[in-house]
Amino acid sequence: MRRVAVVGVGQSEFVRAYPGSIRELAFEGFREAMQDGGLTPADIDASIVCSAPEYDRQRSPAGVIAEYLGLNPQPTFYVETLCSSSTSGVRLAWSLIAAGLHDVIAVIGFQKMSEISSAESQERMGRGADIQWESPFGTMMPAYYAMYARAHMAAYGTTLEDLALIRVKSSVYGKLNEKAVYRKEVTLPQLSDPQDRMAGPVASPLRVGDCCANADGSSCIVLAAEEKARALRKKPVWVLGAGAASAPVNLAGRDLFTGLSAAREAARQAYRMAGVGPGEIDVAEVHDCFTIAELMAYEDLGFAAPGEGRELIRSRATYREGKIPVNVDGGLLSKGHPIGATGGSQVRTIVLQLRGEAGPMQVKDPRIGLVHNIGGVGLYGNVLIFGTD
Amino acid sequence: MAGKREAEVDDRFRRFGTVGFTGITRVNDFITHLEEGRVAGTRCAACGKVFFPPRADCMACFSSRMSWFPVEGHGRLVSWSRLAFGPAGFQEEVPYTIALLDYGDFKVFGRIDRNLPEEELAVGLAMTVRAERLAGDRLSYVFVKA
Repeated sequence: MRRVAVVGVGQSEFVRAYPGSIRELAFEGFREAMQDGGLTPADIDASIVCSAPEYDRQRSPAGVIAEYLGLNPQPTFYVETLCSSSTSGVRLAWSLIAAGLHDVIAVIGFQKMSEISSAESQERMGRGADIQWESPFGTMMPAYYAMYARAHMAAYGTTLEDLALIRVKSSVYGKLNEKAVYRKEVTLPQLSDPQDRMAGPVASPLRVGDCCANADGSSCIVLAAEEKARALRKKPVWVLGAGAASAPVNLAGRDLFTGLSAAREAARQAYRMAGVGPGEIDVAEVHDCFTIAELMAYEDLGFAAPGEGRELIRSRATYREGKIPVNVDGGLLSKGHPIGATGGSQVRTIVLQLRGEAGPMQVKDPRIGLVHNIGGVGLYGNVLIFGTD
Repeated sequence: MAGKREAEVDDRFRRFGTVGFTGITRVNDFITHLEEGRVAGTRCAACGKVFFPPRADCMACFSSRMSWFPVEGHGRLVSWSRLAFGPAGFQEEVPYTIALLDYGDFKVFGRIDRNLPEEELAVGLAMTVRAERLAGDRLSYVFVKA
């Protein structure tokens, strides 16, 4: 199989409500990736378009987006795994290039969550789980992660303050990230002050500050076969490992409530494929849709043993200067979470880090980086590992 | 099913929960059991595997011959969350508490009885499931202390 590298990365600014259509939004991330890699649409052999369809009015968005980006007559198609859609796209692109079917593929992730009204959004929120056996009880995404938080607290003594520390860290880097939707500092006292909006209840035990915000945004990751990658302008960032797994939608079908089994399985695959272990990861982007999700990711990825994730945040080991920097771009908590664009944004951050182009968020000399991107409440798990020469 | 008139469509499942999203399923008998006061799962008649939520088909042996069994005894509270916001159709019920019970051979996802204060809940608490009638001829079930 051929080696595959990321040769161009881009993302739009993540915003509350993008003042344009989905094709225009997708163009923003695409243009940045093309300019980053010194590419033109003619260099792209195929495109993979990723979003979560419940927020789209356009049926089959791949068609209109490929047209707008100048990617006809190359093949294009759509990939969806909820919040992990664009890393599913990257994994698929890797396989198509490694197998020799295409040389250069653009993976375009986008989401215009403001495309639908808030009433429609409320209705869709209720259908985010198993519609036959769970949704009739009135479930919502934060409540599921809240159940994991409660189970983790009961099993290991993790506290609300541990979760708050994760939000505080996120805000340190959100302030530095010009593409983030939330750039204000969040402090520990805020999260325990009942008068503060950040401490408002959402789904016990999670508070407003434990949850990421909806956003509109796009991302684009261009991957290429080794020969092409070496001829392009940027230092190639190789795909070393690409793991993926699934878990039952319905919580009744699961056995683990202090971690995400799909994340653990995807990580096992990715580490094995890359031939590296958790101790060799220099920088990581994890799916912190909720503070508890980042804490569980520390453990699911093997950065900490099960139950010991809180020690990493208490000791600031996941800060930029720490042993294993995590989400030093602000993560979903600060950047916002435009579902289909999120995984691509995580990949972009790791690629910039490995190239040494991450600006004020730059970690010192990283060689191996990891992306952990989760769809639904651990329904889909993707773990990607990247490295430089 | 071809040629069946619309009036004969078995959509009992529409009555499940505060808001239903599924009308037609091959485990529609679940609703009749609820109406008679039982929360029931299915057991594969071929290999004996038990399912909750009930399934019409066994993925272990591919049989579609199922028998119904009532969920009896008590389960242990795995986790819960009390919602301060609800999706469309649920706003008037807020706050309410969703939860998961572990019965050993299977687990049951649902809601905790709204009369039970959150302070009395603890992971591992023994609870039982009880069929419940909702407004508008709708049916559901709730978890109460064992």
